[in-house]
Amino acid sequence: MAVERETDEATGVETTGHEWDGIRELDNPLPRWWLWVWYGSIIWAIAYWVVMPAWPGLTGYTKGLWNQSDRANVAKELSALEVQRGESAAMLRSASLQQIESDPKLQAYAQQVGQSVFGDNCATCHGIGGTGGKGYPNLRDDVWLWGGSLEDIQHTLTVGIRSGHPEARMSQMPAFGRDEMLPPAMIDDLTEYVVRLSGRPADNAAVARAAPVFATQCVACHGADGRGMKAVGGPDLTDSEWLYGADRESIHEQIFSGKGGVMPAWSGRLSPETIKALAVYVHANAGGQ
Amino acid sequence: MSAPPLKSGAPPEGSATLLIFCVIGAFLAIVGAGVSSDPIFRLQFETIAIAGVIAAFVLNGKLAGGTLVDQPDRYSDNVIKAGVIATMFWAAAGLLAGVVVAAQLAWPRIFYFPELGFLNFGRLRPLHTSAVIFAFGGNALIATSFWVVQRTCKARLGLGITPWFVFWGYQLFIVLAATGYLMGATQGKEYAEPQWYTDLWLTIVWVAYLLVFLATIWKRKEPHIYVANWFYLAFIVTIALLHLVNNAGVPVGLLNHRSYGVFAGVQDALTQWWYGHNAVGFFLTAGFLAMMYYFVPKRVERPVYSYRLSIVHFWALIFIYIWAGPHHLHYTALPQWAQTLGMTFSIMLWMPSWGGMINGLMTLSGAWDKLRTDPVVRMMVVAIAFYGMATFEGPVMSIRAVNALSHYTDWTIGHVHSGALGWNGFITFGAIYCMVPWLWKKPAMYSNKLIEWHFWIATTGILLYIAAMWVSGIMEGLMWREYTPQGFLAYSFIETVSAKHIENIIRTIGGLMFLTGALIMIFNIWKTITMPTPETAGTQSADDMPAAPAHAIA
Repeated sequence: MAVERETDEATGVETTGHEWDGIRELDNPLPRWWLWVWYGSIIWAIAYWVVMPAWPGLTGYTKGLWNQSDRANVAKELSALEVQRGESAAMLRSASLQQIESDPKLQAYAQQVGQSVFGDNCATCHGIGGTGGKGYPNLRDDVWLWGGSLEDIQHTLTVGIRSGHPEARMSQMPAFGRDEMLPPAMIDDLTEYVVRLSGRPADNAAVARAAPVFATQCVACHGADGRGMKAVGGPDLTDSEWLYGADRESIHEQIFSGKGGVMPAWSGRLSPETIKALAVYVHANAGGQ
Repeated sequence: MSAPPLKSGAPPEGSATLLIFCVIGAFLAIVGAGVSSDPIFRLQFETIAIAGVIAAFVLNGKLAGGTLVDQPDRYSDNVIKAGVIATMFWAAAGLLAGVVVAAQLAWPRIFYFPELGFLNFGRLRPLHTSAVIFAFGGNALIATSFWVVQRTCKARLGLGITPWFVFWGYQLFIVLAATGYLMGATQGKEYAEPQWYTDLWLTIVWVAYLLVFLATIWKRKEPHIYVANWFYLAFIVTIALLHLVNNAGVPVGLLNHRSYGVFAGVQDALTQWWYGHNAVGFFLTAGFLAMMYYFVPKRVERPVYSYRLSIVHFWALIFIYIWAGPHHLHYTALPQWAQTLGMTFSIMLWMPSWGGMINGLMTLSGAWDKLRTDPVVRMMVVAIAFYGMATFEGPVMSIRAVNALSHYTDWTIGHVHSGALGWNGFITFGAIYCMVPWLWKKPAMYSNKLIEWHFWIATTGILLYIAAMWVSGIMEGLMWREYTPQGFLAYSFIETVSAKHIENIIRTIGGLMFLTGALIMIFNIWKTITMPTPETAGTQSADDMPAAPAHAIA
């Protein structure tokens, strides 16, 4: 087909003479600014290759005239961070937990570390404010399942709870209902018994029926008086703090299926001095013991 | 329809083969589902079996009833009509999924369904991205490419029944992928989540698509191949290549839905982002530029601005895009030299990308008044503007110093959506607003007013969306890098999430507005299709192929 170049009336530019389904093409040149900016970007890229690590070869890669290296830069920044954290960090390493808490300067530093670390590692479960939620212990009150002294908290942080760590803190509430260890009626009665323990009105007959069962099944961890045993992580049933809910339905559910959460062992992820600082932070901000 | 009376004749080539294929496929799928002990695999193969059985029955019925007749002297437009309907259906589905996941981010306590695992964010997010990119975008590309290649080659689609196989095969791919995500079957690769058998199925469908496209170009009655077809071809060929390499893997078993990729570690990451970046480059850029190159000059009735620019920017785009993937892996285990190359090629890509924008916008010279009078033209011009903005923002974000702030933040999400909603969405809507009256032989769309409403609601929605994401992205980027004087992170991650609450709400509203616009469009299309057809259709909409190649409208 013969190419018939014609001139477009609106712009005065020639067409290429091609046509597809009524579409024609103008024969405009490449816009100058476009071409020059493109050349500029290519020159910039070449310059960047010259000064920075760029092209791979058989045995390595071109290092660039400026000798820049991400790895070296990170190492430099980390050592600068060491300097910035300075002697406070070193003292944190050698001081005991009590010394950290009694020295105002160290205490303030530990608070800084603790807040940052808590936010990124602990807040996911315990909440930003540490007030916890259903199944996640509140760290702002004075109720502690495994003890609230500085050492207790440090140990819990280090080994975790049901974490798989060889020395992890372990406790197991049996699933009395699900595993058919007790008949359903007895679980109803035990629920009344536990409600009564926390000082609330409950069905007297049910409490009387449950008392002997409580004495055989529950006292090993919760104690004869129901006040719990921190050594084995047995919760206090007489106070007003409930990990899985205070109402009858929640208590019944917990006796029936015996839930238990997992607290990770942080010794694998955080340095000993960071755990120290975290323990001081949690201790100071909660009702530590 | 004002079509000439149907000639009784042979069915399209390959119909009998397709029927046998469907029957055998359904049989094998039933066997696979019956033998496998993997519940996800069973459900997926039951889906394939049902699709095969339905296809076989419908095809058999049409062949037996003699209603499936080859018409070699007419364009194949019914498959395009089906494509337009599928495009709009998946647009509604994909955008709705997007609004739901946005609401989940804004109100995580309300839109959280612990009892219904398939509605969780992790399952719905890939459903959203795949539905909008592959289901909505893919159907739009297939439908428009079938229209454009026929008109610009003056040839009917090649290979007999195969275009219908491509259409329905692609829908089966979408259904398999989507139901797989909801059940938690995923390869865990961005934009490449479908499992191995779904990947294999897509490969078959895609090769068929390539062959149909090539066969049509082969039969063309025009001496030259129009620029839109170069872009469509680059898109089809490169997507095939990307798909095959990135999905290379070994199934756990032939009756198991899982597989393991052949790449590991940083090689896997680099392959994935070579794929991911070029899915953007060749699916969302090259494919949709093809759409622009046909529908913009057609609608404004002006010649393309510069033939030379189209050649230069086409080849520059193709050659440079393929190298830019490593910019998705700045400051990771990827060697620094690879990051350098990714970044510098991204910078060099800026002008080749803008070549398309210049050619699109300057095509309006002499017809700028149509911006005021024709909302479809306005929609396509805004699409080109968003294309220009996104292809400038991309190279900027690929600069390592910028990326150090922007990476992993909502800024990236905003960038993607200015491209996806603004560019891909609007150029597709523009193309479909053009094609619907042509395909269904109506003088125009049912309501121009509704197109205006669609345009303004959707444009406002996009602006709300991307502005909110700029604010939240830069804010969270700054919060993440904030240190205390003692050298500890100032903010915990959850604090940076809480800080974005208002922006997340604005983004949800923006997405809802974009969805509303699409629903208005669906209503408008429905009313257009059901309008009475005038006695004499316009020459543009005739599906009779002109006998002689000379066919000027102007």
